[in-house]
Amino acid sequence: MTRQLSNIIIWAENKTGVFFRILWLFRRKQFNIESATVGHSETPGITRFTITVAGNENQIANMVKQITKLVNVIKAETVATDMLVYRELALMKVAVKNSREKGDILRVIEHFRGRAINMAKNTVTIEVTGDENKIDAFYENMKDFAVLEFVRTGRTALFK
Amino acid sequence: MKTRLKQGQKVQGAEIICECLLRAGVTVIFGYPGGANIPIYDALYKYPELRHILVRHEQGAAHAAEGYAWATGRPGVCFATSGPGATNLITGLADAMLDSIPMVCITGQVPSPLLGSDAFQEADILGMTLPVTKHNYLVTRADDIADVFAEAFYLAVAGRPGPVLIDITKDAQVDYAEFRYKENRDRLKKRLKLEATEEEIGQISSLLNEALRPLIVAGHGILLSGDGKTLLSVAEKQDIPVTLTQLGLSAIPHDHRLFMGMPGMHGNVAANRAPLETDVLLAVGMRFHDRVTSKVSAYAPQAKIIHIDIDPSEIGKNVMPHLGVVGDAKAVLGQLLPKLKSRKNPGWLKKFEAWKSEEQKKVFTRELLSPKLKSAQVIDEIARQTGFQATIVADVGQNQMYAARYYQYRKYNTHFTSGGLGTMGFALPAGMGAKLGDPGREVWIVIGDGGIQMTLQELATIVQEKTEVKIALLNNNYLGMVRQWQELFYKGNYSEVKLKNPNFQKLCEGFGISSLKAENLKETKEAINIARKSQGPFLIEFTVEAEENVFPMIPAGAGIGEMVVSLEELSKK
Repeated sequence: MTRQLSNIIIWAENKTGVFFRILWLFRRKQFNIESATVGHSETPGITRFTITVAGNENQIANMVKQITKLVNVIKAETVATDMLVYRELALMKVAVKNSREKGDILRVIEHFRGRAINMAKNTVTIEVTGDENKIDAFYENMKDFAVLEFVRTGRTALFK
Repeated sequence: MKTRLKQGQKVQGAEIICECLLRAGVTVIFGYPGGANIPIYDALYKYPELRHILVRHEQGAAHAAEGYAWATGRPGVCFATSGPGATNLITGLADAMLDSIPMVCITGQVPSPLLGSDAFQEADILGMTLPVTKHNYLVTRADDIADVFAEAFYLAVAGRPGPVLIDITKDAQVDYAEFRYKENRDRLKKRLKLEATEEEIGQISSLLNEALRPLIVAGHGILLSGDGKTLLSVAEKQDIPVTLTQLGLSAIPHDHRLFMGMPGMHGNVAANRAPLETDVLLAVGMRFHDRVTSKVSAYAPQAKIIHIDIDPSEIGKNVMPHLGVVGDAKAVLGQLLPKLKSRKNPGWLKKFEAWKSEEQKKVFTRELLSPKLKSAQVIDEIARQTGFQATIVADVGQNQMYAARYYQYRKYNTHFTSGGLGTMGFALPAGMGAKLGDPGREVWIVIGDGGIQMTLQELATIVQEKTEVKIALLNNNYLGMVRQWQELFYKGNYSEVKLKNPNFQKLCEGFGISSLKAENLKETKEAINIARKSQGPFLIEFTVEAEENVFPMIPAGAGIGEMVVSLEELSKK
C-alpha cells in the first residue's frame, strides 16, 4: 500500500486559492499526490502543508524549486523521512456481530494502541495514529472484520 | 512624473487603476472595452497621458503588449473585458509566459455579488490563466487596487519576467476608496538571488581558465538583463565562440568574429556541431529548450556544463549541469570577467571556420543565388537595405527561420519572435506594439501567408494608429513548415497545407495600406526601397518559391549529431 515517499513541506500565505495553485503545479508537473495534510502553522496567517509524493530525488528537487516560485509560498523544502517525526491518523468504523467479535476487535485495537472512540449497538469506531506501516498493518488486521468505513489523513510531520 | 491623485484622496476604483498605471510608468495600453470594464475606460478619459490603442481582437492586444515590452523593456499593458474579452488574451499570456516577457493584463469581471453565478460574460479567468501567468489576482474591493497594482508591476519584471493578470470586479472599479500607493516590495525582493557567490565565480573561472574547447550558448536572459557587452567581453577575453539561441539573437553583433550562429533544429552548422566537441559549455540566460538541444542524451556529451540562469527552477530542469549558478546574466558575467585569464584559442576557432564554410557552400550560396525568388533572398535584401540595423519581428514557421538565419543582426535587441509557444499570428500585432513602444526603430514584420491571416484584423489598428511598420509577407500559398515536414517525413502527403489565399493587394487596399507585390529579386529590391521611402505602414507581398525547405535541420527526436545540412544528405540517409 505504501511506497517509498518523499516529503515536501510548504509554508504559504493563508489566502483564497493558494492550495489550488500548489495542487495545480503538482498536476502540471505530472506528480500524483499520495497524501496532503494542510493546517495552520505556529505563525498566524501561514498555512503549513505536508505533501507526500513518489518521485526520484531530482524530480522532487525540481518540484520544490517550482513551488518556491509561487508568489504566495513563503518556503518549501523536501525533507528526508528520518529527519522528521510524523504521524497519520486513521479512523475506522467496524460492524460488530456479537460480544466475542467485539472482544477480538478490542484486542486488535489495544495491540495497535488505538482507541475505541464510539461504541454503538452494532458498530465500533476506532482511532489509530502512527506511521504509514503501522496504519497499513492495522488495516490488514482488521480486514477479517466487517469494515464499514476507513479513512486516513496522510502524513503530517514536524522536524526532529 | 505628473501624478494626479494625492495619497489618501477618495476616488473611484477605476481612477485608482489609471493612477497606478501612470505611476508604473505606463505610456501605452492595448485594449478593448466591454461591459465589465467600462468604468476603467471612463476614468481613462481623464488620463490623456495613457495612450490607448484600440485593437480589433484581444489576442492582438496581448501580442502588441509583448512587442511593446520587448522593444522598451517595460511591461506591456492590456485591457480586456470579462468573459470572451479575457479568454481571448490567453494565447498571448501563454506566449509571454514561455518567452519571459513582462506584461500586466487588466481584465474586467462581473460584479462581485454575481461571481460564481454564471452571470453574463462571466468566465473564471483567474482559474483559466493560472497556468499561463507568473501570478494573477482577483480584486473585489477598490481598497485593494493600489497594492495589487504595485505588486503586479514589480512581479512582471522581477527576476525572470513574465505576464501578470489582474481581474477586477466591476463593483471594485466603481466603488470609492482612499488612494494609498506604496512601491515597497521588500518581502518579494528578498527572494531574488541576482549575483553569484565568490565561490561560484571561482568555480566558473577555473573551469573556463582550463577549458580547451569552450563554448558559450547564450539566450534571452542576456537581452532581458539589458546588456550584451559583458557577454562579449567575456568571450573576447578568452576567445570563446558564442552561439545565441533564437530568443538570444542580436545580443551581440552577428558580424563579430566570435559569433558562431544559432543552435537548434534549423540552426547553423557550427552552432550545432560545436556542442558535440566542446569540453566546457557556458550556458547563460537560456533553458536548454528541446528545440536547442534536440535529443538531450546526445547533447554536449563531453562537456562540463556551467548553467547560469536567474530562475532557480531552470537549473537542472532539462539538462543537469556540472555547475549551476542562480543569478542575473549581466551581474554574474560582470563578476566573472576580472577573474578570467586572457587566452587565445586559434585551433578551436579554426574548426568553426570550416563548419561555417560548409554551411556557406551547401546552404547560403545556394539559397542566395537561386534564380527563383527565395525567402532567404528577401530577408537578405531587407538586411542590406536597412544596414543590418532594423528591428525584425518574425512570426512562426519557415518565415521565422529565414528571419533568424538570413538577417545579420548588428544592433542590440533587434530580433523579436514567438519562440517558446510558437504562436502563428504573433508578428503582426507584436510588430505594431514594438513600433508604438519605441517609435525610433525601423520595424519590419516578417510573416507568412498562413500567420498573417490569424491576426489580420490588426491591419486596421495599424492604419488607425498610423503605425509605421513595414510588413514582409512571404507568400508561398502553403503552410510552409508543416508542408516541409510532410514532404520530408510523411511521404510527401500534403495534408491540409495548401492555402487558397485572398488577394492580398486588394485586401491592403481595403484596409488602406500601401502595398506592392514582388515576384523576383529585382522587384524585391525595388519594393523594399519604395517601402522604406514611403510614409506610413507598407506591405510587400513576396511570391516566394512554393516548396522551399529550411536547411540545415535536425529531425524530431534525433540528436544534434544527426543534423542534415541539405536535402541530398537527407535523401542519402
